[in-house]
Amino acid sequence: MPADDTRTPNAPTRRSATILQVEEVGKRFGGLQALSDVSFTVQRGQIKAVIGPNGAGKTTLFNCIAGNLAPTAGKITFAGQRIDGRPAHEIARLGLARTFQNIKLFSGMSAVETVMVGRHPQTKAGFLPCLCRLPWTRREWRLSHKRALELLDLVEIADHAEKEATSLAFGQQRAVELARALATEPDLLLLDEPAAGLNMYETAELGRLIRKIRDQGVTILLVEHDMSLVMEVSDEITVLNFGQKIADDAPSAIQNHPEVIAIYLGEDDAQGT
Amino acid sequence: MRPYLPFPFLLCLVVGVQLLTQWTDTAYYLTQLTMAAYYALLVIGLCLLMGYAGQISLGHAGFFGIGGYISAALTTHNLAGVDNSLIRLLERLGLLAASTDMFGDPLLTVHPWAAAAIAILTAVLVAWLIGGPVLKLTGHYLAMATLGFGIIIYRIALATPFFGEADGISEVPPLPLLPGLAISGDFSARVTNYYIAWGLLALGLLLLVNLIHSRIGLALRAIHGSEEAAASVGVDTAKAKLKTFVLSAAYAAAAGIFLTHYNGGIGPSEAGIMKSVRYVAIVAVGGMASLWGALLMAVLLNFLSLRGLFGTYDDAVFGLILIAIMLFAPDGVLRLGIAARLRAWRQAHASR
Repeated sequence: MPADDTRTPNAPTRRSATILQVEEVGKRFGGLQALSDVSFTVQRGQIKAVIGPNGAGKTTLFNCIAGNLAPTAGKITFAGQRIDGRPAHEIARLGLARTFQNIKLFSGMSAVETVMVGRHPQTKAGFLPCLCRLPWTRREWRLSHKRALELLDLVEIADHAEKEATSLAFGQQRAVELARALATEPDLLLLDEPAAGLNMYETAELGRLIRKIRDQGVTILLVEHDMSLVMEVSDEITVLNFGQKIADDAPSAIQNHPEVIAIYLGEDDAQGT
Repeated sequence: MRPYLPFPFLLCLVVGVQLLTQWTDTAYYLTQLTMAAYYALLVIGLCLLMGYAGQISLGHAGFFGIGGYISAALTTHNLAGVDNSLIRLLERLGLLAASTDMFGDPLLTVHPWAAAAIAILTAVLVAWLIGGPVLKLTGHYLAMATLGFGIIIYRIALATPFFGEADGISEVPPLPLLPGLAISGDFSARVTNYYIAWGLLALGLLLLVNLIHSRIGLALRAIHGSEEAAASVGVDTAKAKLKTFVLSAAYAAAAGIFLTHYNGGIGPSEAGIMKSVRYVAIVAVGGMASLWGALLMAVLLNFLSLRGLFGTYDDAVFGLILIAIMLFAPDGVLRLGIAARLRAWRQAHASR
C-alpha cells in the first residue's frame, strides 16, 4: 500500500509508513545555534540511530522531539500530527515515549511502582474516583500492576520488582527506565544513549532487547555513542555535527562516509573503522 | 489492605482515650483532643501536598482562615431588617436561618451549611487562582510566594470590620451534621464532639490513604521524584500539582470551618504566619511522606500546645522543632527511631 494512500480516508487508523518527520528543525539558545536545519524521517518498524560527537546537538534534538524543548525553527510531525512546541506530557500521550541520558527515576519508589507510573496514559482514574477508591479504579490498578511485572520480566529484572528503583545497579536502573517508557505502549520509543555506562556484555544484551522491542511493533530512534551497538542494530543512521546533519544513510554507507570517518577518527586516521 | 491496617488501631485508641478520661475524671482533656483532631485534618492535607506531591505551602493557615472566617462571618452577620432581592432569594432557597439573639431580638443569618459550602468553595476558588501561577515556582520561590499569600489573608482578617478586625468573630452557632448531632463547643456535647471530630478526621484520612495508593498517588510521587520524567510518561504535572494544592486547601478550609463552629469563634492569629510555619513543622516531624506520622504528630503537638505546656514560648517551640528536625531527622522522628533500632539490631547480630 502506498504511503499516502487516500482511498480509505475513513479508516479508523491511517497508518502511513512515516511515523516521524523532522523538517528543517533549528534550536537556538541565546547566541548558540545548537541545531540548524535538521531534517530526517523515521519509518514505522525501523531502528534508526542518531550519532555524532559530543555537543553535536543529539540530546537537544531529542528534547525538541519529546517536547522538553520547543524548537526555534522547523516542523516536527509525529503520526500525522504537528508536535513541535507541544508539552511533553501531550506528546507522550500521542504514543511517543523516551528514556533519559542521565537516568531519571523516582526516588522512594519501587521498580514496579516506577513502571506503573508509565501506565498513566493507559489508565483513567482521576482524583475523585481515586479518593473514593471506586472498584473500577482497583481493577485498573491490578491490571497496571500485572502489566508492569510483565514489562520488568521483558527487560529481565523481574526479580527486583519490589526493590527501590534508585538502589538498583546502573544497568538495572536503565532497564527500569526502559520498562517505564514501554508501559506507555508507545508507537515510537526514543532512547537517549541507552548503552552509556554499560559493559560490553550488557551492551550486547541491550542490542538484543532493542530488536526484541522493535519486533513487537515499536519503532525506535536512538542516540548512541557506542558504535558497535549502533552498527549492529540500526537500519538507518543520521549523523549530526555542530548541530547540522551531515549524513543520513544505511550503516554500511555511513561506515564508509568520508566526512563521518573524519569526524570520528580524525583526518589522519581515515583508514580505520 | 496493608495501608488500612492502622485504622482499627486508631479506632481502639480513640475509644480507649475517651474511656480513660471518663474513668479518671479528666474529660476536660477531650476539648483539646477535639481541637487537635481538627488541626490534624489540615495537617494531613498539607502532608499530601508536601510529602507526596513535593510542593511546599507556607500559607495554609490562610486557607484555614478563609474557611473559618467566612463561615463565622456569614453565620453571625445579622441580616434581619435588611431587605433586598438577594436576601429574599436566599430566604426562598432556604439558605437562611432565623433565630433570636441573647437579648431576644430577631436574628437572621446564613444557614451554617450554606455558609460552610460558600467557605469551602471560596477556599477552592482562591487556591485555584493562586495555585495556577504560583505552582510554576519551585523550592524557595514557591515557599516565599505562598508565604506572601498567607500574609495577605492574615492582614485582610486583621483589617476588615466585616471579619471583626483584631477581635475576630465570636458567638458562632453550632454546625448541625445530623438530627441531634452538631459541631458545637457546648459543655454537654463534649464527648459527642470528640467522636465527631475524630470521625471526620478518620474519614479525611481514609480518603487520602485511598488517593495515595492509586494511580494519582503514583503520579504525585513521580512528580516529587522528577517532574521531567513524570511528564515523559504522560503525567500533566502542572494540572496534578494544582489539583493537589486545591484539595489540600479544601482540607485546610474544612478544618477551619469545623474548628470555628466548635470554638464558637475565630481570631486573626488562626490565619497567621506562625500557624502556617507550625503546620509545616508538624508535617516535617511526622516524616513528610507519612500521613499517619503527620496525623500523630499533629495531634500530639497541638494537644501539648493547647494544654499550654509550651507556655508563652509556644511559637518558639515549633521553630525549635523545625530546626532540630531539619538537622537531625529530616525523614521525621518516627522513621529515625525505627531505622536506628534496626541498624543497632543488625550490627549486634552481624558482629557475632
